[in-house]
Amino acid sequence: MASHLGKSPPWWQNRRLVPWLVQGSVGLLLLVVIAFLLGNLVRNLSAAGLLLSWRWLGQPASFDIAETLLPFNASEPYWRGLLAGLVNTLRVVGLGFVGATLVGTLVGSASFSRNGLVKRLARIYVELIRNIPLLLQLVFWYFVVFLALPNGAAAIQLPGIVLAKSGLFLPGFEAGFQWSGPTLVDGVWQAPLRFTPEFGALLTGLVVYTGAFIAEVVRGGIAAVPKGQWEAATSLGLGPLLSLRRIIIPQALRVIVPGLNTQYISLAKNSSLAVACGYTDLYSVAETSLNQTGRAIEVIVILLAAYLAIDLVISLVMNGLNRLVQIKER
Amino acid sequence: MTLEAAAGGTVATRVQSRSPSVGEPVGGNCHGPGGPIAGKVRPISIASMPFLRKLLAKLSFASTLALALLLASCASEDGGLQSQKIDLIKGRGKLICGVDGKLPGFSFLGSDGAYSGLDVDVCKAVAASLLGDSAKVDYRDLNSSERFAALASGEVDLLSRNTTATLTRDAAGGNGLSFAPTTFYDGQGVMVAAGSGVKSLQDLAGKPICVESGTTTELNLADRMRELKATYTPLKFQTGDQTYAAYLQGRCLAVTSDRSQLAAKRTSFPDPSVHLLLDEVLSKEPLTPATTNADPVWSDAVRWSVYALMQAEELGITKANVAAKLAQAQANPNQADLRRFLGVEGDFGKTLGLPADFVVKAIAAVGNYGEIFDRNVGPGSKLKLDRGLNRQWSQGGLIYSPPFR
Repeated sequence: MASHLGKSPPWWQNRRLVPWLVQGSVGLLLLVVIAFLLGNLVRNLSAAGLLLSWRWLGQPASFDIAETLLPFNASEPYWRGLLAGLVNTLRVVGLGFVGATLVGTLVGSASFSRNGLVKRLARIYVELIRNIPLLLQLVFWYFVVFLALPNGAAAIQLPGIVLAKSGLFLPGFEAGFQWSGPTLVDGVWQAPLRFTPEFGALLTGLVVYTGAFIAEVVRGGIAAVPKGQWEAATSLGLGPLLSLRRIIIPQALRVIVPGLNTQYISLAKNSSLAVACGYTDLYSVAETSLNQTGRAIEVIVILLAAYLAIDLVISLVMNGLNRLVQIKER
Repeated sequence: MTLEAAAGGTVATRVQSRSPSVGEPVGGNCHGPGGPIAGKVRPISIASMPFLRKLLAKLSFASTLALALLLASCASEDGGLQSQKIDLIKGRGKLICGVDGKLPGFSFLGSDGAYSGLDVDVCKAVAASLLGDSAKVDYRDLNSSERFAALASGEVDLLSRNTTATLTRDAAGGNGLSFAPTTFYDGQGVMVAAGSGVKSLQDLAGKPICVESGTTTELNLADRMRELKATYTPLKFQTGDQTYAAYLQGRCLAVTSDRSQLAAKRTSFPDPSVHLLLDEVLSKEPLTPATTNADPVWSDAVRWSVYALMQAEELGITKANVAAKLAQAQANPNQADLRRFLGVEGDFGKTLGLPADFVVKAIAAVGNYGEIFDRNVGPGSKLKLDRGLNRQWSQGGLIYSPPFR
């Protein structure tokens, strides 16, 4: 008996070794395929004289960018231009998050309103906006709404604010910390704070579009909170707004945050549609660089890496937030 | 690979052939007669192995067929002139030509669904040269940002899309294009509304200017404004449609592009008369059809198909009289120049990988360069552009075909 017990099973029946071997060989096969594809790419690229080269990044870009947070002119190198484009992208994405979250929360909560009109309007907004392609909406906002605004003295003027074809002009501190509003100089509006219609159209389009999706995420989150919680809140004498804020939203957040993550990521990616309304974002600068240098693969690699990095950072932050809002089991 | 197969037990057929191995360029196997066929006789008996015999018989048939095809292709290509691109186009039966498609006079998709214009006629001439029929063209509308990628990836065979020839675009380390002869010598201009009070580039300082992204005009504008030390706001759009729409909506004070393009676009504006071209010319813009560096045989075929149009004008051969000229050349052995040009004698077509009568086919399809110009952008069109630099060299212009010799 002892000899029978001591005899180990053959290796192909080893419960540890076999899965390991299978995984290993599949992994090896995958590596070989990837190596083959990469080798193929490199071979073909070198045959076509297109092997990756990054030297062009240091050469003068010799194109201009209309509006930049980062100062840029045509004599600066390509990498500065791409960086300026990235900053422009982050600018619209950052403001887009704030706007879309506000719109989404408002509309999502409104769909639980006891006021029939508010409820219907919220539904109409969501169904109308999310069923029209974003590209069409951006073209609409830019060419039909923003470029239809009057210019010069005929511009829409509110105290301290001017909305004209050439942009939105806001008051602010000028050099020397002097508060000043928009002024009309030689038929052209000047102001300390200015948003171009290109930026305005893109931001509006992204906020309105993503807002509709976030509204649905918020609605789903609130609907996921059991009805008994509402009733309990009401029985404690809390009004609808207060019970929403103190009882419902904190519980809804754990459902909302993962969905919000997806919407934020798609907003960041959708910002690359900026070219449709003439805003110079990362994609637009990259496209110009690609055309002027012919380094298609390098530029695409930079674009891929940049958008991937942006989206990974968003995911990271949102996953952290997700952990915070989960119900702590005691 | 050596194959010896026997039909009846001992060796009856002996075939030795080389089939191209992986990595070897296709078409590199054209040897003179006697080269690949000189096989050795090594009789072996395989009568006892019926299975092997069958297999070898099959292989032998296949390799004979392959060899026959190889020899046939070698014979037709006459000593190694091979172009994958030309074979591809012939096999497909259609030339795929990248055009703008929205630019009156150069390439424009009309309400009848047919393309017309100077760039389109170049496509037609090349298709007629290679395939004998100017209708065998598929057009692809490309915007200025897509065009080089479409050409490099082989999506289009030929780019005939008012593209400026430049060093970086030509260089192997840049876009790696191969430029055909320039079909339109242009310059960059600026268009403004008549009532805007803008008289020169200097007046545009601090003002928004619309420009198509990915164009040489975008760079030239930056250069000129830098020279003038003037700040300005470049508003870039991906397509011409968007650029001109933004200009017409009044977002920019001026729009800049090739002068011919501005004149062409103006004809489609609601009221063309209120838009002015500034006198300033910002740059040289030689608009040139292009192919990729990858296939020199194909690039040469395109190049000389275009030169043929220019040479035809110089020789006074038109769409109307090309048949008569051909008959005259055939009847008159002394007119050697004409005979060579029209493919009656010599082998110009063959050396380019084109049919012998490619010049006749091209001119019969679209006429000579002068006719193409007049019909599309000159007096016979809405644009009514002056020939200017695009006259024949003999009349003080830049259109000059090297000799067909």
